[in-house]
Amino acid sequence: MNSSPSYTDKASDAAMSRRSFLRGCAAFGGVSALAASLAPLRELGDYTNTEQFLQKYYKELTPSDMTKVIARIEGEVERQYGIRPHVRDLKPMDGVEFVYALNLTRCIGCRKCVHACVKENNQSGSPEIQYIRVLKMPHGSMDVEKGNHNYDDKQVPEKGFFYMPIQCQQCKNPPCVKVCPVNATWQEKDGITVIDYDWCIGCRYCEAACPYWARRFNFTKPDIPKERLNPDMAYLGNRPRKQGVMEKCHFCIQRTRVGKYPACLEVCPVGARKFGNILDPESEISYILREKRVFIQLKEEMGTSPRFFYYFDK
Amino acid sequence: MISALHNYFVFLKRCGRVALIGDWRYYAWMGALTVVCLFGLNAYAKQLVNGLIITGMSDEVSWGVYIANFTFLVGVAAAAVMMVIPVYIYDNKELHDLVIFGELLAVAAIIMCLAFVTVDLGRPDRFWHLIPGIGQMNFPSSMLSWDVLVLNGYLILNVHICGYLLYSKYQNKSPAKWFYIPFVFLAIAWAVSIHTVTAFLYVGLGGRPFWNASIVGPRFLASAFTAGPAIIILALQIIRKFTTYTVTNKAILTLRSIVQVSMIINVFLLACEVFKEFYSGTTHSASAKYLFIGLHGHYALVPWIWTAITFNLIAMGILVLPVSRSLRWLDVACVLSIVGIWIEKGMGLVIPGFIPTPLGAIVDYAPTLNETLVCLGIWAFGLLCYTIFLRMSVPILQGRLSKLNEGLPEVQSNDSTGKSLI
Repeated sequence: MNSSPSYTDKASDAAMSRRSFLRGCAAFGGVSALAASLAPLRELGDYTNTEQFLQKYYKELTPSDMTKVIARIEGEVERQYGIRPHVRDLKPMDGVEFVYALNLTRCIGCRKCVHACVKENNQSGSPEIQYIRVLKMPHGSMDVEKGNHNYDDKQVPEKGFFYMPIQCQQCKNPPCVKVCPVNATWQEKDGITVIDYDWCIGCRYCEAACPYWARRFNFTKPDIPKERLNPDMAYLGNRPRKQGVMEKCHFCIQRTRVGKYPACLEVCPVGARKFGNILDPESEISYILREKRVFIQLKEEMGTSPRFFYYFDK
Repeated sequence: MISALHNYFVFLKRCGRVALIGDWRYYAWMGALTVVCLFGLNAYAKQLVNGLIITGMSDEVSWGVYIANFTFLVGVAAAAVMMVIPVYIYDNKELHDLVIFGELLAVAAIIMCLAFVTVDLGRPDRFWHLIPGIGQMNFPSSMLSWDVLVLNGYLILNVHICGYLLYSKYQNKSPAKWFYIPFVFLAIAWAVSIHTVTAFLYVGLGGRPFWNASIVGPRFLASAFTAGPAIIILALQIIRKFTTYTVTNKAILTLRSIVQVSMIINVFLLACEVFKEFYSGTTHSASAKYLFIGLHGHYALVPWIWTAITFNLIAMGILVLPVSRSLRWLDVACVLSIVGIWIEKGMGLVIPGFIPTPLGAIVDYAPTLNETLVCLGIWAFGLLCYTIFLRMSVPILQGRLSKLNEGLPEVQSNDSTGKSLI
């Protein structure tokens, strides 16, 4: 132990001033190094702002809050893309539960649905985000591991194969909703599982939980070509997303909640896609699920109970 | 009240000052760690700006080394109980004065865990959405919300236990049993819970057959109780080398028997898993095939897992033989166990769970340089924290930093024996 040093002698004074000089240098060096290491943050740009940072959870927004939020979003989109969008907060309709059915006998694997979806839902072009994945499957198997994701044939369909488009199955027991730590994704009354893009923290737990690989993450700032922007937007639907949040198929909420068909259905050249209200016994979808002898819920053993059915004509 | 606060403030200030003094080796070590931290911080700043695209992760493999390190470190934190149990339940005298170093290690490990989770978030600015009351915590449904609660709870428990014991020692008072013993026992149960909950994060996902197995929880605990005490064995020897603190060989050998038994259980559970995956040969074994033998021409993880298995088997061999009573061999076994288990929990558990994807696609994953720098930065920060904790606690425990010598110059970096004191 060092005991009772005398601070009065000159040598000690000199040592002290040298020490404090060195300390000063160290502190200055440290602060400069810290600043240098943080330098990339200068390019954060419009990562967030106070309004966005403090924005409340979707279910806690009052109508007047929502008006303000929508105005903010419209302003942001206009500044970025030069087009004033029309953003709506569309609510589920009473007495409606949406169900999708896909006729595997008809599907020819042309991927028109994939691209119509990208356009309708303002998905990023670079890096490419697509909600629908079409698998080219050998005849006689429903094992997705036998499917080819990246087929690049000049002409489809190829003999000996069938094509299986897979998108969000809008499960009745959605594992993604169960695992979200912040309730940023939930199932609406009409059966659509939606995401509050302004609430998602980007942990990607839902992406790990989904048995259908239906969820997509914005690994960087999405890039939507200006000429492709769809200005008809819904808050829980196709408004542009931010870097670092999840997105996925929402049955084209901006269309289906105002009585239109999803974009993937409208574009299908062979009429393989059917969509409608299962609670209405007169709807086409009710007829299909009642009359078709074979229909499949993908990975039924998961207990997720999808609202998306695959069926065959013969 | 005011004077109590003042005393506590003086205590903190003196601890802080002690952390800033040491010999040249201390400065070199701390300086090097700081440099690595800054590189990590710089890499993280780039990630914040550009997004997680500058990692190796993708929609196919959506968690990578961040979550792998997180998982490993939760185990390290949990393993502190393997020192606490012998001391407080079996009244082991040798370990008694060392148990606090295990608890401090737990604190440092949890700090690293929280950092690893934070850097994995796409929107770290929205962390407050997780805070109960002002945010929306999906409790009890989401296992991630459980994890947030148990990890922070464990951090608070250990900070309380260590902080209280050290402050009591500083004041030369004997600690009031009621104010820490109940927390020690709570922390024992809590330690098991942090690693179980972390295992359940994976186990709960029905769409990922590789994780959706009840053996994952027990394997997590077995591997944690191997790697954690192995780290403590190394840490205690470092403390002994660089300080005048007494660490007996007997204490280290007590930990050896813990590592020994845990490693045997760990290897046994691994064998159980390998048998189940490969003998039944269902389509659900695809991830295991990818990991152990490669799948459809993809072999990215095969060298990793066989390295891990080889290390673990060699470590087990050394540990069960009497040679590991010699510290040199024990250290070899500890290093092999730590590396083996790190690979097993990281490359061997998190990554293959994603491959193939639920739709059968095989996309390989490898961390990028930027991602690796972030990881190294966090590890350096954790080591920095642990070193500071030791730098403060050793002189307090030895009575060299106490209320009695308040006002006298701070403890110096060298004592009369010439041994440096970190």
